[in-house]
Amino acid sequence: CPQVVWSMLGNRQFCSYKMTTKTQNFCRNEYNLTGLCNRSSCPLANSQYATVREEKGRCYLYMKTIERAAFPRRLWERVLLSKNYEKALEEIDENLIYWPRFIRHKCKQRFTKITQYLIRIRKLTLKRQRKLVPLRRKIERRENRREEKALIAAQLDNAIEKELLERLKQDTYGDIYNFPIHAFDKALQQQDAESESESDAEREEEDDDEDEDKREFVEAEDSELSDFEDMDKLETSSEEEQEEEEEVEKKASHSKSKGKAPLKGPARRKRPYIEIEYEEETEPSTKTKAA
Amino acid sequence: AGGGSGPVPGDGTDPPAPERVLFPPTFSVSEIKNKQRRHFMFLRWKQQQRKEKLALKKKRRKEREALGDKAPPKAIPKTIENQRVYDETTVDPNDEEVAFDEATDEFAPYFNRQTVPKILITTSDRPRGRTVRFCEQLATVIPNSHVYYRRGLALKRIIPQCIARDFTDLIVINEDRKIPNGLVLSHLPDGPTAHFRMSSVRLRKEIKRKGKEPTEHVPEVILNNFTTRLGHSIGRMFAALFPHDPQFIGRQVATFHNQRDYIFFRFHRYIFKSEKKVGIQELGPRFTLKLRSLQKGTFDSKFGEYEWIHKRREMDTSRRKFHL
Repeated sequence: CPQVVWSMLGNRQFCSYKMTTKTQNFCRNEYNLTGLCNRSSCPLANSQYATVREEKGRCYLYMKTIERAAFPRRLWERVLLSKNYEKALEEIDENLIYWPRFIRHKCKQRFTKITQYLIRIRKLTLKRQRKLVPLRRKIERRENRREEKALIAAQLDNAIEKELLERLKQDTYGDIYNFPIHAFDKALQQQDAESESESDAEREEEDDDEDEDKREFVEAEDSELSDFEDMDKLETSSEEEQEEEEEVEKKASHSKSKGKAPLKGPARRKRPYIEIEYEEETEPSTKTKAA
Repeated sequence: AGGGSGPVPGDGTDPPAPERVLFPPTFSVSEIKNKQRRHFMFLRWKQQQRKEKLALKKKRRKEREALGDKAPPKAIPKTIENQRVYDETTVDPNDEEVAFDEATDEFAPYFNRQTVPKILITTSDRPRGRTVRFCEQLATVIPNSHVYYRRGLALKRIIPQCIARDFTDLIVINEDRKIPNGLVLSHLPDGPTAHFRMSSVRLRKEIKRKGKEPTEHVPEVILNNFTTRLGHSIGRMFAALFPHDPQFIGRQVATFHNQRDYIFFRFHRYIFKSEKKVGIQELGPRFTLKLRSLQKGTFDSKFGEYEWIHKRREMDTSRRKFHL
């Protein structure tokens, strides 16, 4: 009977477990011992057959005998093999005593292979596992779009510039940048009493740093340097002129806020010397500004 | 449908549409079965809408000018930031509880200047070229940082070694398909671990109009828009990466700007042209981060205690609600 089966399935007609490739034929049957499609390895074409299979890390020996060929449900008998490698081999030998050599040998080979890969699995699970998290396309797209819009809304350059200017105003940079004017202005406008001493101190400092040489230099030429050091050294006008300075500075700040940086330098420098002219010029400008 | 498509056949053939098209009131463009005609009618309808809108605008503007000074002030346009759902964990700058918390949390030693930040930057296994270069550039941006290759080591084993060698922070850049896409920032002696999704990474050579290399000076740090408690703690995490005293001579600034839950990182060099104008020039890499989870202890994905995880179904329901 098995010969008939083989002559049908193996050679001529269709076997659904058979997979042909260029060099070999494979058998996809789960009870197949070697995995190849041969007369001696086909579980359908051999009435006495055995395999080793593993389930959840434990190995079992499956056996099929002629006596049970009529009962498909009880066809395959299952024997649990011990975890100990040598003992399991002995068990295989015991169970398959008097069975053909081929099946015994192949069973043991298969069992060996299975134990080896189980050991490898256990070793790998102890190491770090890479967890693959699938990307969801819709969510990725949504987040990218939102990121772009957030970027546009953020206006990063402006925000950074504003923050830096804030810090400059609040004097976190100390004396490095010599634009004391702005802070100076604020101080004057807010706290009159304190500002006097402040401005005094600053002016005195500037006195120490830049002497009359600078003043003369500035007076002679219209120097509008973008370099911070030379720009805004206040002249050392005395305290009496301080109020006038206040007003003039306010106007200066107005003219400043028009955005004409170059005007600052010469205009202010000319202040102590041609005061009257300066005031006249700026008054109409402020008036027009208000309008 | 028959009544609706009455004017159509004639109009479809002659291109110049009449000025005012009178549609019968029950007509809708979507009822026309023919695609070409439907498309045409739709375009005409759109033009009409636009004209009406323009006319409305003009009228409004005229009214406004006519009123002159008495005109009502212009309405503020609604933006997402304006309409943001108020988060109850928003930090008030004068809040004592927050101040107390901050004095006693894991960053207190840093903010009390007891510890100097020392950063370890590493990647996931087998980093590709882009990631490696990004790590190097990041190391130039963050002072006192060191890049080490991963070589298959487990993070849990690296962390005790780092603590032993006095590192204060650990940055792990995760890579996928040759581009960096994730960042794990862990404050070391037992500090919080934040996991971010990183996107739009630009290396230095890809930035247009960039300046020279970032120098060794300690940069300033700008943290923008970290309003809620969560945002506040993340902000402190970022601040703890940089040494406390920036060297203003270097004129470099590292910015972490939070906008709608996306944190944009930029590295600039600034120069004050006057006291109202500052010029900035972008050096250094740039990237954006989105917070995925914040964990209380150091990196431990299985048994860690998570302070905050981004749960998409619950948290992404409203477009006006942000967490940072």
